[in-house]
Amino acid sequence: MTAAPRRGSALRRLWTSEDARRGFACVVGGLVLAVMTGPEGSSTAPTSGFTGSLFHARVIGFIVFGLVLWGLITVRRRYATQVRAFSDKVTAAPRRLLPDKRVRAVVYLAVLAFAIAYPATLNSFWQEVLVDQIGVYVLLAIGLNVVVGYAGLLDLGYIAFFAIGAYSAAYWTGALPIHPPFHLNPFYAIPLAIIAAMLAGVVLGAPTLRLRGDYLAIVTLGFGEIIQIVATNLQGVTGGAQGVIGIPHFSIHLLGIHYDWGINSLPYYYLLLGFVVLVLFGFHFLENSRVGRAWVAIREDEVAAESSGINVLKYKVMAFAIGASTSGFAGMLEASKISFVEPADLTVQLSILILVLVIFGGMGSLPGAVVGAAVLQWLPQYLRVHPLLGFQQQDIYIYLGALLVVMMIFRPEGIIPSRRRKREIGLAEHGVGHADALSGQSGPVA
Amino acid sequence: MLLELEDLEVRYGAIPALKGIGLEIAQGEIVTLLGANGAGKTTTLRSISGLHHPTRGRIVFDGTDIATMAPHDVMALGVSHSPEGRRIFGRMSVMENLEMGAYRRRGAIRKDLDRVFELFPVLGERKRQPGGTLSGGEQQMLAIGRALMSEPRLLLLDEPSMGLAPLIVREIFSIIRQIRETGTTILLVEQNATQALRLADRGYVLENGAIVMADEARRLLQDPRVREAYLGEAAAPST
Repeated sequence: MTAAPRRGSALRRLWTSEDARRGFACVVGGLVLAVMTGPEGSSTAPTSGFTGSLFHARVIGFIVFGLVLWGLITVRRRYATQVRAFSDKVTAAPRRLLPDKRVRAVVYLAVLAFAIAYPATLNSFWQEVLVDQIGVYVLLAIGLNVVVGYAGLLDLGYIAFFAIGAYSAAYWTGALPIHPPFHLNPFYAIPLAIIAAMLAGVVLGAPTLRLRGDYLAIVTLGFGEIIQIVATNLQGVTGGAQGVIGIPHFSIHLLGIHYDWGINSLPYYYLLLGFVVLVLFGFHFLENSRVGRAWVAIREDEVAAESSGINVLKYKVMAFAIGASTSGFAGMLEASKISFVEPADLTVQLSILILVLVIFGGMGSLPGAVVGAAVLQWLPQYLRVHPLLGFQQQDIYIYLGALLVVMMIFRPEGIIPSRRRKREIGLAEHGVGHADALSGQSGPVA
Repeated sequence: MLLELEDLEVRYGAIPALKGIGLEIAQGEIVTLLGANGAGKTTTLRSISGLHHPTRGRIVFDGTDIATMAPHDVMALGVSHSPEGRRIFGRMSVMENLEMGAYRRRGAIRKDLDRVFELFPVLGERKRQPGGTLSGGEQQMLAIGRALMSEPRLLLLDEPSMGLAPLIVREIFSIIRQIRETGTTILLVEQNATQALRLADRGYVLENGAIVMADEARRLLQDPRVREAYLGEAAAPST
C-alpha cells in the first residue's frame, strides 16, 4: 500500500466526491441562469451582461437556487428506491392499460376532441400561433420523422421542399410573375404542389441516396441553400427577395356552397387538423407495413438489408420523397394561409429547427413528433407573452440548445419514444449496435 | 452447372481484387473457396450476390448472366448470401431477423421457420430475444438461418467459423452438411481449410486474386502445397 498523496488531498477528495461535484454543477448552472436572464450587453460595454448579472445582488438568488436544486437532487438520490417505487405505483395503471388498443383509441379520440373544441375558445393571437407556429410545424415534423426517424437519413435541407410547395402554390394560383396555363383554386393546387415537392425529392434523392451517412447531410444542406438563393435571385420567376404576395386563400365554390377561408386563423386550423389526422393515419399504416420493416432494416445495417433482398435505394428514395412531399404540402398550406412567401424565411436554421422538433419528440415516433413540435413551438410563444425571469425572444435558440443538451443526457430517446428506438438506445448502452440516427449508414463497407 | 464464373475481374478503383477467375458449381455440391486474407474470397461472394459489379467476365446462374444485376434481383433468382462478420440485425428479435430473410417472398413462411428452428434449436428458444444479445455462435446460426429463409438454391457462406470456438465451429459445419442434404447448393468461403475441405466436395484456392489450384476436396487435403500454406504444416520432407 502506498501512502495517499498529501498535497491537495483534501481538495482532491472533495472533487472526487460525487456529491460535491453535483453541487458545483448546480451552482454553475445557477450562475449561467443569472447571466442568461440578466441585463443585455452592448457594443459600448460588451461585458456589462456579465458584470451586471454576476456582480449584483440578484446573483445570490441564483446561487441559492443552485443549492436548493442540489439539495433536491441529493434527497432524491438518497431515497432513490422509494422514489422509484412511488413512481412505479403511480404509473402502473397507465402502463398496464396503454398497450391495449381500445384504451389507446379512447385516448386518441379524447385528444382529438380536445383539439377540435379547445381552439375555438382561444383569442385570435393564440389561434394564429396554433396554425402558423404549431400546426404547420407538426405537419413538417411528422414528415421529417419518416426520413430521419424511420429510414435513418439525415436531411438538413428539408425546408427546401417547403419552399417548392409554397412556390408551386404561388405558381398555380397565378401569384408569380410567370403565369400558369390556367389559374387554379388552392385546393386543386394541393396535389400539384405535393407532386412538385415529391419530384424534387426523387430527383435529389435518386443520385445522392447512393451515398452513405454524412454525405447525404451535406448534399441536402447544399440543396437547401441552392433553393433559397434561387428563390432570392431568380427575380423574373419567383419575384425575388421581396417575395411573392397575393397567393389566394382556400375557398370552396361547389353546388351553390361558397366558403372562403379568409384571414381568420381558426378555419385554417380545422383544415390543417383534418390534413394532419389524415397524414398521421397514412404514416402509421406505413410504419407497420412491409415498407416500414424495410426502413428499420436499412437503418440498422444497409449491407445486411441488401443481403436480405431489400432494394435499399428504392426504399430510401421512397422515404425521402414522402418526407419531401409532406414538407411541400405544409409549404403550400402556409403560403395560402398567409398569402405570402419570402425567401428570407427559408433558412437552413428552419430545417435544423424541424430536426430538433423530431429529435426532441422521439425519433421514429408519430406521437413524439406531434408532441415535440407542439411543445417546442408553443413554449417560445408562451414565454413571449409571459416573459419568465426576463426571457428575451432573441435568446430562444440558446435555451433550445441547452434543452436539447439536457435531453440527450437524460432522455436521448425523446419525450415519447417509439418502442423500437427505446430498445435500440437501451441496447446501445450495453454495447450492442449504435444509437445514432444514421446507424444504418455508418456500418463499415467491406 | 448451377453457377459459372468466367474470367471474372473485379477492381476497387485501380486495384484489381480478382484478376480473371473461373469457377463452377454443380447442383447439390458443396464447394469451398480457400485463401489467405486479401486473396479475394469475400470479393468473389459479393460479386456473385451483386454487391460488386465486375469490370470483365460473366457470372452465370442457372443460365442467366447476373453479373450486372442488383442484389435484390440476384436474390430473387435464388441466391442467398450470409455475409462476412454475420451482420445480423442486432436490435431486431431473432424472429424479426428471420422474417427479414424472407422479405422477398409472398405467402406463408411457417414451414421455413420450422426448418430453421429444427436446424438451430437454440434460435427457437430465443425467438423474442434481440439478435445482438446472442453469443457469437448463435449469431452465426442466425445469419445462416436468415439466409435460408429466402429458400435459396445457392447459399453463399462467408467464413461461418470466424471468431468461434472449435466446438461451435464443428457444430456449424455439421449443420452445413445437413443443409446440403436438403438439396441446397453451397459455396463456402473459409480460412479454416481443414474443416472446410473435410466438408466440401471440391475446392478452389485463391491467391492474390487468381485461382492457383482447383481439385476435389480430399485431394487438396493431401496436397503438400495446400498443407504447407493453409494447414500450417511444414513441407513434407522429400526422401
